Amino acid sequence: MKQYKKLVIPYIGWLLLFTLLPMLMIALYAFTDGTGEGGAMMFSFTLSNFTKFFDPVFVKVLFKSFVLGVITTVICLALGYPVAYLISKCKERTQTLLILLITIPTWINMLIRTYAWISILGSNGIINNMLSAVNLPPATLLYTDFAVVLGMVYNFLPFMILPIHTALTKMDPSLNEAAMDLGATPLQTFWKVTFRLSLSGVLTGITMVFLPSISTFMIPKLLGGGQYALIGNFIEQQFIQIGDWSFGSAVSMILAVIVILMMAGVSKIEKYTGQDQEETHSDKKSKILN
Amino acid sequence: MKKLIQLKNLTKEYGGQVVLKGINLDIHENEFLTLLGPSGCGKTTTLRIIGGFEEKSGGDVLFDDVDISSLPPYKREINTVFQKYALFPHMNVFQNIAFGLNLKKIDHSIVEQKVTKTLKLVGLSGFEKRAIDQLSGGQQQRVAIARALINEPKVLLLDEPLGALDLKLRKEMQLELKKIQKEVGITFIYVTHDQEEALTMSDTIVIMNDGMIQQIGSPTDIYNEPENRFVAQFIGDSNIVEGVMLKDYLVKFDGQEFDCVDYGFDDNEEVDVVLRPEDLDIVELGQGKMSGEVETIIFKGVHYEITVRCENRHYLIHTTDYVEVGKKVDLNFYPEDIHVMYKMGTY
Repeated sequence: MKQYKKLVIPYIGWLLLFTLLPMLMIALYAFTDGTGEGGAMMFSFTLSNFTKFFDPVFVKVLFKSFVLGVITTVICLALGYPVAYLISKCKERTQTLLILLITIPTWINMLIRTYAWISILGSNGIINNMLSAVNLPPATLLYTDFAVVLGMVYNFLPFMILPIHTALTKMDPSLNEAAMDLGATPLQTFWKVTFRLSLSGVLTGITMVFLPSISTFMIPKLLGGGQYALIGNFIEQQFIQIGDWSFGSAVSMILAVIVILMMAGVSKIEKYTGQDQEETHSDKKSKILN
Repeated sequence: MKKLIQLKNLTKEYGGQVVLKGINLDIHENEFLTLLGPSGCGKTTTLRIIGGFEEKSGGDVLFDDVDISSLPPYKREINTVFQKYALFPHMNVFQNIAFGLNLKKIDHSIVEQKVTKTLKLVGLSGFEKRAIDQLSGGQQQRVAIARALINEPKVLLLDEPLGALDLKLRKEMQLELKKIQKEVGITFIYVTHDQEEALTMSDTIVIMNDGMIQQIGSPTDIYNEPENRFVAQFIGDSNIVEGVMLKDYLVKFDGQEFDCVDYGFDDNEEVDVVLRPEDLDIVELGQGKMSGEVETIIFKGVHYEITVRCENRHYLIHTTDYVEVGKKVDLNFYPEDIHVMYKMGTY
């Protein structure tokens, strides 16, 4: 066994070099000022990058990113869960095929797929052409919140479906039979057993959709129009256009901390739903007895 | 005893494959009935049709004289103990057992009382708050039984519930299940491929093979009076010999005529004869009914397993007495040790 343990070293090296080091550098930029042109030794410690962010204009951007992120996640869940559930009820071969069909679009570059939406939603796009063909007034679809959410749902939906589908197929079908056997109607069986046991997949899905949707800058840039700013675009601007790496890093860190807190909250939900009133009830009792 | 469940000419097909070829069976109140057979014989399918998890292809399933074949499982007064227990992993022992009662919106204090009582019945008092993955296989088994019994079903279905347990635990649970069945006084329908398990626990054994019932009877009937070669081979060890029933009470096999206790066959009908290994005695040469030579002897703990080569075939004998390999001996048996069966296919 010992000789195999050494195989882990390259991975640790990889993590240190490409995950930990960049994060430390972001932290370094965030807590210092100066451009770093005079070399690393010229940095001096400051919190001004963080205080600068708490300007209503910037906070509004952050807030809007979260609102759109939550909307996207909710829509993905509402669309993705039924799809994952129905797929998991199919025969194994059909399941493989359907999962493949859901995955195939992700093989194509996301940029191209998002561009495709521009030609669908644009003022001379497919939808507006169809509307004018039946003598209806044109609709403004592109460069709206709707377009951004649509683009995000479209791009991230597979990441909701896949983990839920995995959780559902891992479930022992005899658990459903047991619930029915004990008197649960199909709806009760779904709610008390199937859904509860697929929660881990749901939470993974939520994480995998919510994280990219609050930090994406490409989709709002293409479908939301150039001036349209979400927090991802804001960070991108700081790095690429304005060149204020310190401020950009600080905003990244604020975003990361909020996301970590939210994810911690979500995993709390999972633990909470694992328990039931019964347990808390008897817990209280035993505490009194003790 | 009153008939509780009646299966009438029950058939089942899966994609053109017939797995049940017309099952007729009456299951009575308070009966411990075992469906016994090799894997693929249709015993589990029969059980699942009674439980409502599988649809029949033809025939009738009557419960208290009412056809229940279109009722979903949650409307049947039947509960099941599943093969791999199927306990809900996201609930603790209490929540698992209370699941059925909570669905019926029964008052919490009554639920608590009943859970405590049922846990006591299965010998798991004080386990209420344990998580399922903290339990051993045997304990999970008991929780599964408690979860089914607490709903006070009229019938409990058990699908090879002891299959995953080790031998010692299995034997303990066999006795315990029998005890529980007597205590709660309801019908148990038990599926197993283990003949010893069936003999230990059952009031009635139903032997199945190839989608058909081979024999229905008490453990002693099945063991002592197997109706055909399949049953004789499946239950216990046996010497099965082809013979001819010359007339009532007289059978001929291995070139000799023997008195027996069987009757009702046609004269000169070809039959199979069963001689149980423990019914055969090894005696001194010249004092028995058949001569042979001891070929092997294996110590089995309680008894020796001996094969004796006779003129026409080998006979298997179980005895507590040692004999030397190579010794010439006689085999002796009595008319009541000869069990005459119909040939397979004519039954």
